Amino acid sequence: MSVIQVQAPGLLTTVQDLGREGFGPMGVSPSGAADPVSIRLGNRLLGNAEGEAALEMTLLGGTFLLPQGTIIALTGSDFGATLDAAPIDLWTSVEARPGQTLRVGATRSGARCYLCVNGGIVVKPFLGGASTHLLSGLGGHEGRALRKGDVLRIGPATSSFRKRVLASQALQRLSPRRVLRVTPGPQSDCFPAPSQQLFYESTYRIAEDSNRMGLRLEGPPMAQGSAGEMITEGVSIGAVQITAAGLPIILFVEQQTTGGYAKIANVISADLHSLGQLRPRDEIRFEQVEWETARSLFVEQEKLLTSEDLILG
Amino acid sequence: MLMSAADRARFQRASDQSLLIYFGQQITLEAHEHVRRLLRLLELEPIAGVRNLNPAYCSILVKFDALKWRHEKLEEILKRYLGRLEEVTLPEPRQVEIPVCYGGEHGPDLNDVSAMHGVTPAQVIELHSSTTYLVYFLGFVPGFAYLGELPEALVTPRLATPRRRVPPGSVGIAGSQTGVYPVATPGGWRLLGRTPIAMFRSDRDALSLLSIGDRVRFTPISAEQFAALEHA
Repeated sequence: MSVIQVQAPGLLTTVQDLGREGFGPMGVSPSGAADPVSIRLGNRLLGNAEGEAALEMTLLGGTFLLPQGTIIALTGSDFGATLDAAPIDLWTSVEARPGQTLRVGATRSGARCYLCVNGGIVVKPFLGGASTHLLSGLGGHEGRALRKGDVLRIGPATSSFRKRVLASQALQRLSPRRVLRVTPGPQSDCFPAPSQQLFYESTYRIAEDSNRMGLRLEGPPMAQGSAGEMITEGVSIGAVQITAAGLPIILFVEQQTTGGYAKIANVISADLHSLGQLRPRDEIRFEQVEWETARSLFVEQEKLLTSEDLILG
Repeated sequence: MLMSAADRARFQRASDQSLLIYFGQQITLEAHEHVRRLLRLLELEPIAGVRNLNPAYCSILVKFDALKWRHEKLEEILKRYLGRLEEVTLPEPRQVEIPVCYGGEHGPDLNDVSAMHGVTPAQVIELHSSTTYLVYFLGFVPGFAYLGELPEALVTPRLATPRRRVPPGSVGIAGSQTGVYPVATPGGWRLLGRTPIAMFRSDRDALSLLSIGDRVRFTPISAEQFAALEHA
């Protein structure tokens, strides 16, 4: 059995997959990778099923000993990783020999980097999934972020090493955006014109206390605050709710399943992975698109993500 | 009264992969009944490509696979479900008792709440624990049940500034609602007490102690009983 020994965990490293859907009636949100595109691509580079569990690192990566060796792929943002001190490329399958050490440094671009391994990371499933839900301490590795000394099991290898890389054109099309495209939220009509205008014209900054539950934004507050208190209702991932202080919060992978703030907009499905790469202090804007545009962008993105030409080698 | 559910329900797009079904815009038992029946029917006869359901007081959020469904097509199918709510049988509501140690370190807002309403802490406890509450739905975090209605004399606004951390098991009130925090989270509800019973556990068959439609009563216990149950 192959394992990963955690010698340094990094800032916030968790086991994630593509999340567990279907447990909303119990109040359980899906969780899963903050940048699902990167984890899917990492798994494809290794010949894994695209939903295999991997490690999600945040801003600062960890140090991992691979006693039995394995095939790995790093995806997402560039954290300056080395294997026994030799730099390794992102978006490429890499063979780690027994006893080699992977060191993942601090980010040079976005918020998250994924370590995918051939065979996937194996944890005790919770509600059929491997993803960690940090707030409730459920799923993943003991329901928490990794610590020094943790040992993670790797599933049986599914293939021998073959160098695979991601087509650079595809990578460009999937790169994270700073202008987030949105459709109207369920209460967008409750916001007066000046609030709408402010929302679409302002540049917002990601606040320090943003996390996997939600991204808090700093910027010019809306004069009237939100559209008033409303009856608590189910909320969608990517929902942009306006708090009493008149500032937006974007609900994210570990979101609360229901809430009582009015939603002015919702980030489109094709741009959700971009949220996972936003760091504190990054600046973003919102751009409204038609429903049909949102749909075709998503369909195109899925076509690209499942195409045969995506992976070379 | 349920015959009209299909006609009176309102659809609203929430995102490019979800829609909301509203049964009115008020917290009523009738709306709750519609929510439960539709939820039950969608659980018994799932629609392929519907990925998640988030019930609330008078609405359900339906998340779907946007490769399989468009809003308008899914609405058509859901309207057929709404036309069949009458035939849905709901299980008898379960009666659940939750022991609560009121006041002291476990209920830091008990004294403030009694002062706000001009009654004694004992009267607040009596009011809170002599009412049978309905589980309107579970939401927010795993296992959090929205319970109502509080007795009129206990209706209290949220804290102006939410606590950064509410201990798990804390029993709070907000507006006309009451509930138990299953896990440590930030929270703005006023805390009257705390239960030693786990509301959500991943190592038992029924993960959540409460389900939608259950009836709940709180039973006062002493600090000694709390300690004994906590370590049981």
